This record gives sequence, C-alpha cells and structure tokens, in this order.
Amino acid sequence: MSTISQAEVPAGGATEGREPVAYVRGNLRFFLNELRLVFFRRRNQLLLAVVVLFPLLIGIGLKLAAPRSHGGEGGGGGPASGGAAFFNQIAGNGVFLTFIALSLLLILVLPVVMAVISGDSVAGEAGYGTLRYLLTVPAGRTRLLAVKYLTIVVWAVTATFIVSVVALLVGVILFPVGPVTLLSGTTVSLGAGLVRVLLVTLYVCAAMAALGAIGLAVSTFTEHAIGAIAAVMILVVASEVVDQIPQFAPVAPYLPTHWWNSFDSLLRTPVDTTTLWHGLLSFGVYAAVFCAIAWARFTSGDVTS
Amino acid sequence: MSEEAASPALAIASSGLTKRFHGQLAVDHIDLAVPRGAVYGFLGPNGSGKTTTIRMLLGLAYPTSGTASLLGVPMPGGTTSVLSRVGSLVEGPAFYPYLSGWDNLARYDAADRSASSKSAAARIGQALERVGLTAAAKKRYRNYSLGMKQRLAIAAGLLRPRELIILDEPTNGLDPQGTREVRALVRQIAAEGITVFVSSHLLAEVEQVCSHVGVMRVGKLVFQGSLPELRRTGAARITVRTADVAAAAKVFGKLGLTDTAQGADELTAELGDAEPELICAELVHAGVGVRGLSVESPSLEELFVGLTGEGFDVDH
Repeated sequence: MSTISQAEVPAGGATEGREPVAYVRGNLRFFLNELRLVFFRRRNQLLLAVVVLFPLLIGIGLKLAAPRSHGGEGGGGGPASGGAAFFNQIAGNGVFLTFIALSLLLILVLPVVMAVISGDSVAGEAGYGTLRYLLTVPAGRTRLLAVKYLTIVVWAVTATFIVSVVALLVGVILFPVGPVTLLSGTTVSLGAGLVRVLLVTLYVCAAMAALGAIGLAVSTFTEHAIGAIAAVMILVVASEVVDQIPQFAPVAPYLPTHWWNSFDSLLRTPVDTTTLWHGLLSFGVYAAVFCAIAWARFTSGDVTS
Repeated sequence: MSEEAASPALAIASSGLTKRFHGQLAVDHIDLAVPRGAVYGFLGPNGSGKTTTIRMLLGLAYPTSGTASLLGVPMPGGTTSVLSRVGSLVEGPAFYPYLSGWDNLARYDAADRSASSKSAAARIGQALERVGLTAAAKKRYRNYSLGMKQRLAIAAGLLRPRELIILDEPTNGLDPQGTREVRALVRQIAAEGITVFVSSHLLAEVEQVCSHVGVMRVGKLVFQGSLPELRRTGAARITVRTADVAAAAKVFGKLGLTDTAQGADELTAELGDAEPELICAELVHAGVGVRGLSVESPSLEELFVGLTGEGFDVDH
C-alpha cells in the first residue's frame, strides 16, 4: 500500500530539476484540463449547438424573404439603425450573411453564451464545493483565475468563429458569391472581402472576451452560478437600453455594449479606424478593470463554500 | 511568528489563532500543537469552530489574528509550497457530478503544478484502488453512493505522497459499514507514518484510532493532549453505601475528601490521592456500617461531555 509514495518520489524529484519546463507544462496541463471540462460538458455543447443553429435560421429566413428584397423588416425589429445598413446587401453577396449573423447574435445569443460560461466559472466551482478542493490541491488562486479567464477567452473566440464560419458557409450555399460591394459603395475582391470577415470576427471576439472578464468578476462574488449569469445578462440588457436613450448620450461611449456593433466601420473604405480603436480600447479597459476586480476579490476573500 | 508556531517537530501548530465573523468569534485564540506522526482527534460539537479552524490551516480562510503553520511552513503564506504535501477532506466530498470518478481525480491532479502528467494515470489508478473504487472508476460521480463519495474524497487526498492528512468529519452521514471502512483507512494511513488530523463531533469515532485529542468548545480549545492525559483529568470518585450517612461524612471530612455529595443511603466524594482501602478502614474504625464501597473513574465520553457541555446547551 505504500507503493504510491515510493513510486512518486523520483517523479517529483525530476520535476524539480527542470523548473521552467515543468512550470510551463504544469500550467498548460491545468489549462487543457479546464478546456476539456468546459468544452466536453453537455450543457456547453448544447449552447454551441444553438450558436450553430442561429446563422442557419437567419440564412434560410433571409433566403425566403430575398425575392421581396427589402430585408429591413427581415431583421425582426433588430438594429434599426447602423447595423441594418448591410441587410440589403445579402441578396447581392452571401458573404454579408456573416455580418448580419454577428450583428443579430450580438443582441442576445452571444452575450448569453458568454454569460453562462463566465458567470459559471468561479461561482460554479464554489457551488459544487470543488473550489475549496482546487485551492487545497493547491491550484493557486491567481493561477486558477488566470486559467479560468484564458478558457473564457478561448470560449469567446470559439463561439464567435462558429457564428462567422457557419454564416459564411450558409451564405455561400444560399446566395451568390463574388467581389464584395462595401457599404461605402466601393467593390473589393472576394479575397479582400474575406479578410474583412476575419477582422470583423476578431473584433467581435475581443468584445466578447471583455464581456467574459465582467462575468468572471461577477462570478467571484457569489456561489450561485445562476445568479452570476443573470447579473451579467441584466448588465448587458441595461447597457443596451441606456445606449438607446438619447438623454444618456454623454455616457453612451463608456457603456460596455456601446462599441459592439462598430465593426461595420470595417465594411467601408477608407476604414474608420478611430471608431475601431475606440472600441478596442473600451474592450481592453473593461477586460483589465474587471480582471483586476476579480483578482482582488478572489485572492483576498475567504472561501466559505 | 512565534517560535512554537513554526516548529518543524510539529505537523500543525497555531498560536493565538482567531477568526471573527461579523463580530462573532468563531475561533478564539487557539494554540494547536499536533506532533508529527500523531493521529490527532479534533473534537467538539457542531458549530464549535472546528471547520473554520481547518479552513484557516489550509489557507482557505484568513485568520483575523494569530498565526498557524503546517509542517513548519507558515500559512496562508506557504499555501503553494506546503499544500502539495498535505491531503485534505473539508466539509464533505465535493466533485463534478457530471464527471466520472476517474475524471474527477484527473481534474484535481491536473490542478497540481508539481505533479507530472506522465505518472498521472498510475497515480489516479493507485488512489482509486486504495479506497476500493477501481470498479466504479468510470461511473459518473452523481451515481455514487454516499460512502463511495466519501472514499473518492479520501482518494483525492491520497493522490500525492503526503506527510499530513486533514480529515474534517470523514464519517459524517456514513452507515456503520462505511464508518468502519473510513476508520480502517485512517489506521492504514497512520501506519505509514503520515500524521493524521481528524475532526469529529463524536468521541467514540476517534477514541479507537487517536493518540492525541484536542477538544473545542465555542471556539476555544478547552483541552489538548494525549488520550491518557485526557483520562487523567477525570477525577475518580469514591462512593460509600451506608445507613449512617452523617457519620460517614464526618470521616470523609477528617480525611480531607472534597466535593462530597450525600444521598439517602450513600455518600460520594472526589477520591483525590487518598487510598480507598484506608478510607474503608477509617470508616469501619469510626463505627460506620459499610454496606458497599466503590471507586469509579469517569468514562472518556463523560469527560468529553464535561468539556463540551451537554448536546443541547445553548452556548451561543
């Protein structure tokens, strides 16, 4: 029965010999395990299935509405201004389905998908009680938080790219494809158009990663995952509502959701880089501030779950 | 950090360890001293501060004041360096219900930065075998029985070679069979020279396996020492059955016996250092008709209840 202790000693000694390699490997192993835990969980796989389903439905819906052309009403009361600018382009080019899908899913579906994973990240562990065991392993509080946030970022990238790729495939199948006529009227080659699809997708990834940081911070304050998830959703909806009220215009640029749809700047020539940088700066600041809040809270509080 | 709180000879040491929740003292200046190699029973009724103490020892909660150390390393500062040598079970098992037993252990194993991934499968396999869960390794945790869950938690505590195992109420909610299994495991672990710190609200549970005990009452450590030391704190009492209680009381007074209590036909007193034979002789000499004479030491259970109060005492 004492074989465990004996078998382990050489392994432990060897690990200490190669400090930097072992350090990287040990952290990578934890990160990969966390990714497995998130991506193999049935609930999360269902969420991704929903993310696949939406661009598909939007594509089919727009195809059915296409003969009557005026796609504005096809948005079902979606973003009436700004985002809707490219709805009419779909009939001309399937590539536009990616932009339509992203702007529609940004209203609710992507935020929900982010809220579930990020709100659950720490609160879920606390709820199961696994948090105390992870910390006594010891996983390290800062290390655990870092692994949690990196996983949230990977999740954001995955969900966003699923939307883009599925929308692109559906668009290519259902609609004509060719050189892309941008919102500003200029036409670029299909290749250049696809590069813009990639840049738009990356921009949305950044927006969702910033939302994930907010979710992570909220998650460190409770042991009820559902409460954290709801709080993130309320925050998103509140921000979107305030953003629509003209009287709040002065604070609008500071709202977490304000810059989400600004990716349409990438669909014009010349590209309005000022808006894009404002957006990315906003995401960066939100991510940094909320990661800091999460860290301060998580490393100083008692774990009582 | 005081000298004794960081002594390497002690597996667990604390000095003035205190935790205050919203103005209420949950743990009140306790000085733990758990020698290496000991099986230490940490006793006390529910709510006496045992779990809070354990959470502070493991760096999960931060002390309001005072210091603690594990294996000579101060906590919570030494969390990352010392906890890989400490296995623990805190407030019942906790795992991911949607993962199998194996995957659950793999999860905790992966979180350990000092464990190598190459030997992970061997480690997990051996830990499961040790608690007899090899057959249930692929079964989802949510389908485990309570006893299996408890054993899986102990397996998690045994994933790495440990110098100290901290078990918080390891038999809570188990049937007698499960309790016996856990007790056997504790004995086995201790036999390997690993220090065991086991908390319980039941004396009977630790009495059979422990070499040392600490007794908590309302956040205070009211006794700490070896089991024989605890027994010694119990004062033996002498009881005389006689028709002439008043005369017997006079003899007791002359012999200097204290804490006497009179019944209708019996008299009891604390024995102290007096010889029972001598007392008997003195009684007879004084003409007291002795019908019976007995000396009784309190059981550990009585001592424990004496220290912690009756079950329904409202201490808070």
